[in-house]
Amino acid sequence: MSVRPNVRPAGHKPPFWRDRAKRALIFQLILVAVVAAFLIYIIGNTQANLSARGITTGFGFLGNTAGFGIGQTLIEYSSQSTYGRTFVIGLLNTLLVGGLGVIAASIIGFIVGIARLSPNWLIAKLANAYIETFRNIPLLLQIFFWYFAVLRTLPSARESMAFGEAIFLNVRGLYLPQPLFESGFGLIPVTFVVAIIASIALIVWNKRRHEATGKRLPVFWMSLVIIFGLPLLVLVATGVPITWEMPVLRGFNFGGGITIIPEFLALWLALSIYTASFIAEIVRSGIQAIPHGQTEAAQALSLPRKLVLRLVVIPQAMRVIIPPLTSQYLNLIKNSSLATAIGYPDLVSVFAGTTLNQTGQAIEVIAMTMAVYLIISLLVSMFMNWFNARVALVER
Amino acid sequence: MIHNKETIPQQPAPKGTIGPIAWLRGNLFNGPINSIFTLLGLYVLYLLVVPTVQWAFIDADWIGDSREDCSRVGACWVFVNARFSQFMYGLYPSEEYWRANIVFAMFAGIIAWMVIPRLPFKRWMALFALLIFPVISYVLLHGGYFDLPRVSTHRWGGLMLTLLLATVGMVGALPIGIVLALGRRSNMPIVKTFCVIFIEFWRGVPLITILFMASVMLPLFLPSELSVDRLVRALIGLTLFQSAYMAEVIRGGLQAIPKGQDEAAAALGMTYWKRMGLIVMPQALKMMIPGIVNTFISLFKDTTLVMIIGLFDLLGIVQAALSDSRWLGFSIEGYVFAAFVFWIFCFSMSRYSQYLERKLNTGHKQ
Repeated sequence: MSVRPNVRPAGHKPPFWRDRAKRALIFQLILVAVVAAFLIYIIGNTQANLSARGITTGFGFLGNTAGFGIGQTLIEYSSQSTYGRTFVIGLLNTLLVGGLGVIAASIIGFIVGIARLSPNWLIAKLANAYIETFRNIPLLLQIFFWYFAVLRTLPSARESMAFGEAIFLNVRGLYLPQPLFESGFGLIPVTFVVAIIASIALIVWNKRRHEATGKRLPVFWMSLVIIFGLPLLVLVATGVPITWEMPVLRGFNFGGGITIIPEFLALWLALSIYTASFIAEIVRSGIQAIPHGQTEAAQALSLPRKLVLRLVVIPQAMRVIIPPLTSQYLNLIKNSSLATAIGYPDLVSVFAGTTLNQTGQAIEVIAMTMAVYLIISLLVSMFMNWFNARVALVER
Repeated sequence: MIHNKETIPQQPAPKGTIGPIAWLRGNLFNGPINSIFTLLGLYVLYLLVVPTVQWAFIDADWIGDSREDCSRVGACWVFVNARFSQFMYGLYPSEEYWRANIVFAMFAGIIAWMVIPRLPFKRWMALFALLIFPVISYVLLHGGYFDLPRVSTHRWGGLMLTLLLATVGMVGALPIGIVLALGRRSNMPIVKTFCVIFIEFWRGVPLITILFMASVMLPLFLPSELSVDRLVRALIGLTLFQSAYMAEVIRGGLQAIPKGQDEAAAALGMTYWKRMGLIVMPQALKMMIPGIVNTFISLFKDTTLVMIIGLFDLLGIVQAALSDSRWLGFSIEGYVFAAFVFWIFCFSMSRYSQYLERKLNTGHKQ
């Protein structure tokens, strides 16, 4: 058996397809060319199709009058407003249901997740049943259930269900009393802000003092008292400058007060209950991910049980919980686009639905809608990266 | 010295540490707070279970063929019964149901074969499922060949359509996902950028806007003489959406393989594709299976969204049946039935994924 000499003559260059760097360059150039050709093909087709249908591209349509009404508007809107205004209305409605959904889902999810770990067998099983039921049923089906099977079968306005003389629930929605702020109320938000700043200062001071002397105050309870007690004190001192406008039955419908439309209620309930089942699982696995040795070590240092949870378990669990939690929040906001199936006026329903149908500006409208969701995703993943960098374990 | 040669007879456990009473005391009534929670839990259970059982079973009506057979006290399962074949096959012509049934049976057979660990020839079965089964299903369901009458896709619906959308979306997304995941881990900057943008774009937008895009914008992108079937448009949207999620699952699996594996293979002189195909992927795929099943579950639930662009999947056909004037007012029954079907599928899949996770945990995880 002869051994091939592994020595190349001086000045010999391998052919370019054997050179990894050149091969990579050529491959990437081909990829760019293919993608560019694909884009040119699509753009060419689109232009031909658009001119055949007589649609002009551009964002000029945003200034035109929309001419349709919207059931829930957070800022002033009439059918004389522009399409640009419908975009803002839709965006605000999406953010409203998304924000309230995130809050409700977190509360339910944390409670169920902790209940899932309860030493009480019955409570743990009930929490497990909740998780397994709602996680495995499509969200759209849950939205339909709450909307068509529950809220749309409620009695009419004349036979509304009344809770006290202030809250009414009927097929047209939930009616709540509306607070009317009289002059002098402006002081309360100011006090509230001042109280928050004061509590932050207290927490910072307490942390410094703790590091310097080892002594600490119950800042959590103290700041709670400051944040809620101070505004309450001012409220009483100024003579409670609030009156409540009650919803009153006038003819066939209620007038006055705040109306929460059933579409919002259904979407909010379904989103919160569905997402909470995922959050509960995240919370459970986050707490279980902390080795028991951590708790035992803390107990060996004779930390009281309350402090073991607060100083040892929860900070470590949060590191595991927060990344999947934010992606669930993101899912919730994206899922709020299912609003269009029951007619809640969110971004997709108002803008990618009605506006798209009226103007035919498919490309601009879909691009704007997608851009909104992409920007939200981008912001959240930027937060995630920042958070991960902040809480990452410092390893050798 | 005293040696006791006799074994001391076993003593029973101390009183109050075994048996149902001790279990109750240990798990339900240890301490006053826990007891209150237990009683509260029992009350909630009573409030939920008793009316539900009363409604769904005791007061329910099962037999009949019109709404007059329902007493309206409990659930009216007559409605579901009367519409059952529609819920399963959509508007598929009833004399052609046997074709869908054959496809259902083959599908169930393939799944059972792949899932039961003892059965042999898994690799051949997988090849059959991926290459031959789709052709057979298409020929059978769509017809137009071998004297089978054509059934156009707008008559497909019900559970059949749901399963079809989920499976095709999944099978189509797997290869795209693998390519994207490898691309995202590539050293070539342009390839990497393309893959990152592609993945993050589809992951960042809601599925419903993708379906809108597929149904509204796809016809604009293609030459006007080329018209794409509505079902195919939905499938394209679902596949692209799913491929981005799949890519992230696969990337996670690839990251879990120690770098030494790849380097050892390179040291043996293997090319990139050999290293990936023979060394890295087989190990990574094993770890990815639970993640893949989980994304499949979410895809399965997400297929319900196609009803918004006018396809009648299981939820779509139930929703359509609810607005039938002969059967108004049975929405709860319809939704409960649909929820039950979806729940069975999703729950068994998630249990299977948990089982796999335990079985495949061979200590590779770091």
